[in-house]
Amino acid sequence: MINLREVSETNEMISKENLDVRTITLGISLLDCIDSDLYKLKKNIHDKIYDSAKDLVATGDKISRYYGIPIVNKRISVTPIGLIGGSACRTEEDFASIAVTLDEVAKEVGVNFIGGYSALVAKGMTKADELLIRSIPIALSSTERIMSSVNVGSTRTGIDMDAVRLMGDVIKKTAELTKDNDSIGCTKLVVLCNAPDDNPFMAGAFHGVTEGDKVINVGVSGPGVVKTALEKVRGESFEVLCETIKTTACKVTRVGQLVAMEASKRLGVPFGIVDLSLAPTPAIGDSVADILCEMGLESAGAPGTTAALAILNDQVKKGGVMAASYVGGLSGAFIPVSEDQGMIDAATRGSLTIEKLEAMTCVCSVGLDMIAIPGDTKSSTISGIIADEMAIGMINQKTTAVRIIPVVGKKPGDHANFGGLLGHAPIMDVNQYSCDDFIARKGRIPAPIHSFKN
Amino acid sequence: MSKTIITVVGKDTVGIIARVCTYLAKNSINIEDISQTIVQGYFNMMMIVDMEKCDKHFVEVADELEELGNDIGVIIKAQKEEIFEKMHRF
Repeated sequence: MINLREVSETNEMISKENLDVRTITLGISLLDCIDSDLYKLKKNIHDKIYDSAKDLVATGDKISRYYGIPIVNKRISVTPIGLIGGSACRTEEDFASIAVTLDEVAKEVGVNFIGGYSALVAKGMTKADELLIRSIPIALSSTERIMSSVNVGSTRTGIDMDAVRLMGDVIKKTAELTKDNDSIGCTKLVVLCNAPDDNPFMAGAFHGVTEGDKVINVGVSGPGVVKTALEKVRGESFEVLCETIKTTACKVTRVGQLVAMEASKRLGVPFGIVDLSLAPTPAIGDSVADILCEMGLESAGAPGTTAALAILNDQVKKGGVMAASYVGGLSGAFIPVSEDQGMIDAATRGSLTIEKLEAMTCVCSVGLDMIAIPGDTKSSTISGIIADEMAIGMINQKTTAVRIIPVVGKKPGDHANFGGLLGHAPIMDVNQYSCDDFIARKGRIPAPIHSFKN
Repeated sequence: MSKTIITVVGKDTVGIIARVCTYLAKNSINIEDISQTIVQGYFNMMMIVDMEKCDKHFVEVADELEELGNDIGVIIKAQKEEIFEKMHRF
């Protein structure tokens, strides 16, 4: 039978260490909504999402109340709109009008974000994909709850450098159109390599074409829980350090599994995966950077940071895999700058640079995330940063991503504020040397040699 | 039928258990197990209860216990036992 010590441990994780279920994300296929008439398409999309998700928020709140665990976000992911809008959309504005429909239905059902304003262009862009990508600045500046992602590469296909070049422009335009709010549009736009089909976390969530009609994916969190556990093993060996992370990650993930099964049962939607990520927030005590410091670093970015993060990422996966029946999504440690107070402090004091962050992305679960850079950064430089990150993902057979915000009107030393969970960030220096001629080349980077496994 | 775990945490004072138990008795909630400690003047109690004969909905009971806690000056939580079972038992 459960005892007082175990009950107290769980409740202290919740009340003092910010243990929460970060998101219940309902994935919805929109493939059966396709119509060549734009009006009908939008009506189909609205009706399917509304019918599927009308009970999502109330159900999430009820589960939260039953178990006494906060479920911070209730969200939706949909089939990439680049695939859905192809036969109905003739212009960028046509596509952006679908974003407005998605935004409206998100508000109606009460979810805070809906992901899937996306295109999958790892090897090339269809006309529709390109139109959708070009419409992203309008879509993100005319909506509140839309999240957009573009997958521009994979280990199997290589990298579509035409899409990488285009994304540099799209990020710049999105920044310009949302410049009154510190270019916040770019916080909702991520460029990916090896994007997973079942990721419940924004901004990269979309309902992949390999998925069924509907699915429940759950993302757990709990950097504060891991940090508190590590405080008790200061000075101990790597074996003890790793075991502590693993055991803690396992406990956290069990809660995710419980919530996922319960949400699946109550909503009558199949359970997909638990994403066992350590997702920080700007709240004090909810920081991945603080875990790195607890492991023995003076500040995130110090020598040893990549090794410490590699340990953390690997042990989180090892602990979590045992705890959940199906694991997927991104699963690992996130290292966003603006959403993690320890990372914000490290970037502000100069111990963390974009180059060090890039090294860290080789061993973390995603990539360059929520990094504010000067607003006058050239689009080709942004494309260069994207190309570097995509290459890391392609060669290392892992998901990588770039969510970077060229904050219009701001320069290094200034600060950008995005509000809420999106946080705030110092403007970081960008290498000023040009990559114009490299990015101007047309075509794609071939798939790496280790992709030929057949 | 799953059990409910009620926890009471806060500064120790006279009559905490009496008031919580009175509420549970009034609502036909049966106590199956109680454990309690006091560490440095702080009261920490856990009860395993069966709500099968209770007419009220779980959320209503949880809300009323929370209010009772506010009244006494302690934190009272009611949670379904599965969250603890899942986390600590394989």
